[in-house]
Amino acid sequence: MSSNVITVSIQRTEARPWVDELHQWLTTVDHKRLGILYILSSLLFLAVGGVEALIIRIQLMHSHNNFVSPEVFNRMFTMHGTTMIFFVAMPILFGFANYLVPLMIGACDMAFPRLNAFSFWLSFLGGLLLYFSFLGGSGLYGAGSAPDVGWWSYAPLGARAFSPGHSSDYWTLALLVSGFGSIGTAINIIATILCLRCPGMKINRMPLLVWMNLVMAGMVLLAITPLSAAQIMLLIDRYLGGHFFDTQAGGSAVLWMHFFWIFGHPEVYVLIIPCFAFMSEIIPVLSRKPIFGYPVMVAATVCIGFVSMSVWAHHMFTIGMNSYANSFFTLTTMAVGVPTGIKIFNWIGTMWGGRIQFKTPMLFSIGFLFQFLIAGLTGIMMACSPFDWQLSLSYFVVAHFHYVIVGGILFALFAAFYYWYPKMTGRMLSERLGKWHFWLFLIGFHLTFDVMHIPGILGMPRRIYTYEPGRGWDTLNLIITIGAFIQAIAILVFVANLIVSYFKGVRAGSDPWDAWTLEWSTSSPPPAYNFATVPTVASRRPLWDEKHLEDPDSQYE
Amino acid sequence: MSATTARFPNAAESWNLPSRGKVAMAGLIIAESAIFTIFVVAYLFYLGKSVTGPTPTEVLETPIFYTICLLSSSLTIHLAAKCLARGITFAFLGLWLLTIALGGLFLYGTAQEWHRLIFEHGLTISTNLFGTTYYSLVGLHAFHVTAGLVMLVIVAVFGLIGRVGVRQSGDIEVLSMYWHFVDAVWVVVFTVVYVLGR
Repeated sequence: MSSNVITVSIQRTEARPWVDELHQWLTTVDHKRLGILYILSSLLFLAVGGVEALIIRIQLMHSHNNFVSPEVFNRMFTMHGTTMIFFVAMPILFGFANYLVPLMIGACDMAFPRLNAFSFWLSFLGGLLLYFSFLGGSGLYGAGSAPDVGWWSYAPLGARAFSPGHSSDYWTLALLVSGFGSIGTAINIIATILCLRCPGMKINRMPLLVWMNLVMAGMVLLAITPLSAAQIMLLIDRYLGGHFFDTQAGGSAVLWMHFFWIFGHPEVYVLIIPCFAFMSEIIPVLSRKPIFGYPVMVAATVCIGFVSMSVWAHHMFTIGMNSYANSFFTLTTMAVGVPTGIKIFNWIGTMWGGRIQFKTPMLFSIGFLFQFLIAGLTGIMMACSPFDWQLSLSYFVVAHFHYVIVGGILFALFAAFYYWYPKMTGRMLSERLGKWHFWLFLIGFHLTFDVMHIPGILGMPRRIYTYEPGRGWDTLNLIITIGAFIQAIAILVFVANLIVSYFKGVRAGSDPWDAWTLEWSTSSPPPAYNFATVPTVASRRPLWDEKHLEDPDSQYE
Repeated sequence: MSATTARFPNAAESWNLPSRGKVAMAGLIIAESAIFTIFVVAYLFYLGKSVTGPTPTEVLETPIFYTICLLSSSLTIHLAAKCLARGITFAFLGLWLLTIALGGLFLYGTAQEWHRLIFEHGLTISTNLFGTTYYSLVGLHAFHVTAGLVMLVIVAVFGLIGRVGVRQSGDIEVLSMYWHFVDAVWVVVFTVVYVLGR
């Protein structure tokens, strides 16, 4: 019945002039449109951050290269890191959460639609504010000067004396503004999940994606806010003559590090937990088995949420903490590997004995499992403080966290794109281009980030703009750069797939994967009101129940 | 999909979910608590680390009267919300205006203290670490009191033109949650700055 309504609305939109259409998108409070806006704005920033990464890689291609000046190189790695974390990874995951959470719990929108729109525009305009520093960073001259003190902005580099002009101010304000947006979104996600579930959707029947986004949102409340507080302190230092991080007046540079990493490490889990969420939906459906160990998955997620709040100082082993602090943070960091390991075990348990369909989302999911495991293992290595003293601030660390962020988060995101694109647009992404995308990206990824561990072990420090010949780093860096370009080509294939499939893709229908959660019970794309009648659920897999009346899950609960 | 409804006996018959306003306010309070925690940690960490004077012991005076004002405003707003829920609009308005007066009095107290510190003792935010941490912690709290007062005044205006009744009592409770939080933070700030910090 709802599909008829859709056809009508599509015809109406096509008749409208584009100005009206644009106006509709800019003023929308619909969670699905805002989700898509989040995703599109993140893809825009992904392209920008990717170009910055390529500039970094071209500069490091061989020794004594002067593709860019040292000053520009500093700006590039600062902007690359800040962009990718705050304006790509966070908003794109918020976008998926926005789109999927209300659909999965049978709600018609988020709890606070206007707050939702406000949060999106805060985070998007925060990104524009950051990039405005290229124009206005030095004042009114338009002479470009972006932030160049690293994405940590360690004290005293962020102080007025060492970071004159306004580039650091744009950095601070951009993070503060987008941070408020993140807090708004997190509150919205929590309120939506707790207050808008459809009848029967008890807390232990929620899809795992919903559960994990609930934990993620809770972590955002506790992890983003310390950064906001630290940014306020930095602004007080820079504008009101405060002394928070001014060592000459007795202030402490180490306190900034603590405040930054109290945000910084939970942030990694804020980013990876929604990716766990994607895995927990995609792997069961494409293995044709229900998730293995649902309650354990929930418990492990909550456990990660708690433990990851107390691991931050493993980023600071080299600053000279006492041995108690070193031991504590080594132990907690290793402990967080346990629930994570349980999750990997459960996903493999789900695949075990299933009829696995090797469609593109599944390929990316399997890639995620392998790479995230390796990233976790190098993480355990770095957690040993003596090992960290040796390799901290080297390319080994860069390789490690890119393994998490690219090999883990980005692969999971690609899986999510291929899996939910049909729901968002009504068309399937091309499997042929998808396979090209997967294999090119996989080869490029391993060429870059497997090899990158080695110059790190050989002593190549991060954030250097060039290096001496004859240290055995040249060939390795060339391979890394080639890998980066292969990844860039794969991303172009992906973008081409997104665009071509939007116009020419196979029509998806409401349930292309024969899945089990509520978002597949409404048309693709869903109507503005999501569900014609409020759904009622009696088990964790409502669509399975509907398709298998003779043997519904609800019998076994 | 609607057909699913009747088929399964296990489907819930009664379905109660928490109010979204209260959940959202609880979320905001958690987030704000984290911000205040960072500022409190900074204050405690920098206690006694200023390289020049004045020190807290020399210049701070315990604002007992204004603290009593703020804490009792928690009681008045609670009673106001109760009255509204029972439909006694007149008592609600009276207690609400009293809450605003008590909150305003507290802010006046902060302003007076700052005036004294700046003009008598020459302590500003850039004087030393104590000044930086003190003004930012107390200022952050005063900012939250101000934000709360703005919201209270908006409600009072609507109340005076007769637009606040029993139907708004849920929203009023959400707002009073925020006010209780601001008061609870003051208990922490008071303990840290005026008791432990001296």
